[in-house]
Amino acid sequence: MQIYVCVKHVPDTAANIKITGNDSFDDTTCKFVINPYDEYGLEEAVQLVEKQGQGEVVAVTVGKEAAMASIRSAMALGAHRGILVKTDSQFLSSTLTARALKAAIEQDGAPDIIFTGKGSVDTEGFQTQYRLAAAMDMAVVNEVVDLKIDNGQAIVEKEIGSGSREVLKMKLPCVIGATKGLNIPRYPKFPDIMKAKKKPVKETDIASLGLESLPDRVELLNLEAMPERSDAKMLEGDVKETVTELIRILKEDQKVL
Amino acid sequence: MAKVGVLIEIENGEVKETEFSVLTAACGDGGNEVFAIVTPENTDAAASVLAEYGANKIVHVVSQGGDIKVSPDLEARVLAEAVKKFELDMLLGLASAKGRDLFARMAAFMDVPLVSDCTGIDLDTKTVRKSHFSGKTVATLKLESELFLCTIRPNAIEARKTPVQTQTVIFEALAADPGLTKIIDVKESAGGNVDLTEASIIITGGRPIDSSENYKMLDECAAQLGESTAVGASRAAVDAGFAPHSMQVGQTGKTVSPKLYIGCGLSGSVQHFAGMKTSKVIVAINTDKDAPIFAKCDYGIIADMFDVVPMLTQVLKEQGE
Ligand SMILES: Cc1cc2nc3c(=O)[nH]c(=O)nc-3n(C[C@H](O)[C@H](O)[C@H](O)COP(=O)(O)OP(=O)(O)OC[C@H]3O[C@@H](n4cnc5c(N)ncnc54)[C@H](O)[C@@H]3O)c2cc1C
Repeated sequence: MQIYVCVKHVPDTAANIKITGNDSFDDTTCKFVINPYDEYGLEEAVQLVEKQGQGEVVAVTVGKEAAMASIRSAMALGAHRGILVKTDSQFLSSTLTARALKAAIEQDGAPDIIFTGKGSVDTEGFQTQYRLAAAMDMAVVNEVVDLKIDNGQAIVEKEIGSGSREVLKMKLPCVIGATKGLNIPRYPKFPDIMKAKKKPVKETDIASLGLESLPDRVELLNLEAMPERSDAKMLEGDVKETVTELIRILKEDQKVL
Repeated sequence: MAKVGVLIEIENGEVKETEFSVLTAACGDGGNEVFAIVTPENTDAAASVLAEYGANKIVHVVSQGGDIKVSPDLEARVLAEAVKKFELDMLLGLASAKGRDLFARMAAFMDVPLVSDCTGIDLDTKTVRKSHFSGKTVATLKLESELFLCTIRPNAIEARKTPVQTQTVIFEALAADPGLTKIIDVKESAGGNVDLTEASIIITGGRPIDSSENYKMLDECAAQLGESTAVGASRAAVDAGFAPHSMQVGQTGKTVSPKLYIGCGLSGSVQHFAGMKTSKVIVAINTDKDAPIFAKCDYGIIADMFDVVPMLTQVLKEQGE
């Protein structure tokens, strides 16, 4: 099986985001990691190939030069090779990202499955996988928590609402957006990290992919820190009195009960 | 004046309550023509409530090309056809499990921009606000496109009634099923609980809940807090096996925005807050006066949740009687 896993290089969720100017952030001071949801796709791909005893997992990313670090992490987690499509923006439109991924994957080989995460934790766009599938004329299901491959078909489950699950069937090749629940991603071991340094990575510039130019249809006007709460009102004393006061506040002052 | 479509989700024969805020967003400051798009059968029941929230037209979409209930791609194509037919300038919907999938499918199929999970929207200036970086920042985005799609975070916008005269039209869509994906089964959850992402009140238990049985204490309290109350869990509690992943709130779980969030035994991690920061009122119950959550909540109670929660249940019950 030939499997491509799209990974994005994103700021760690615990990282402090220092905003610079109106619409950008300081990416030199915060720690970057593989987008956490992509790890579920990667783990699933690696397990599929391990189970079948043959096949290849290729990690693909569209990102800045520094995104090489996430390709290396993906290879430490079991990907055999990497492809880095270089751009100079963290906020590339999902349409352009999808087209770049398509071009890079098609230049490289014929996928049986393309994994992505359910979304990326930086721009929270939740759509690149759909655009990639549409561009490649493939089926797509996102937020997948269970996958079985059977006879050239993928049977997947996704959560819909309060714990209910939808079961869907699609033909391979297809695009699968992974999320927590699909598997438990492994931790990289030291020897794997060392081996990953020697695995091959193809680097291309996004400009060399011959993509049609595309007007920016969504413009980032402003980026600001999410207002934080402060000065919580602390309720103290006897439990019954405290709780009664809380209910009064929620009913009368806040009108949320 | 813009022509604004709203995709209406109907559940158990009724319009989902969270749709009212999407209709409110579509009305904007007035003057827009609002189209409520409904796909299931029973639109009669929906008409009066849709009119109350400003729907000038109710478009009942009927698919001639196959069963949209088993083909999400067909459903996306059918809706795209309706968007074209009524020359809508934008289509809004809920960032629910269904909305998230359907809007992304439509955006990809139609090749139009989509902004997911908006927390604010201004139709006049075509700008929207949404979270970036797991709730640490807010981005303001401008849509430079004739037609665009937006999903809105449930409960993020306050619903407001704007009654109008409404008219129902039937639209027969001809789109064919591309035959890419097929829904072959739906496994209903045993609980039949309120969906976390759309609940208006959430009470969450963190790691110190210590067992799955102890969630009963929260269930009992939820029952007293009102109909639209759901019980959530932190990742630490999910990873310890106390609760299923479908109950997890946070960056790798669900993003929620209820009007009231009661966190019991939560330390207040960045990743948990990524999923519930935009809640209207946050109450924290924690034994440790230095717990980080007390620095980012609205009301704090320094006490043991095993004392506070049963008391909360009891007092609510007494007051309700
Ligand atoms: C990539 C990544 C993604 C993550 N995604 C998520 C996510 O989606 N959701 C999520 O929740 N976490 C997530 N986490 C984990 C997160 O960092 C925290 O570890 C987790 O949220 C802590 O859970 P907790 O608050 O329940 O437990 P703890 O941090 O252990 O806090 C328990 C708190 O309860 C208090 N306490 C103890 N006993 C009692 C009692 N009897 N009554 C009242 N208070 C008591 C303690 O003082 C303490 O403050 C993620 C982490 C990473 C790295």
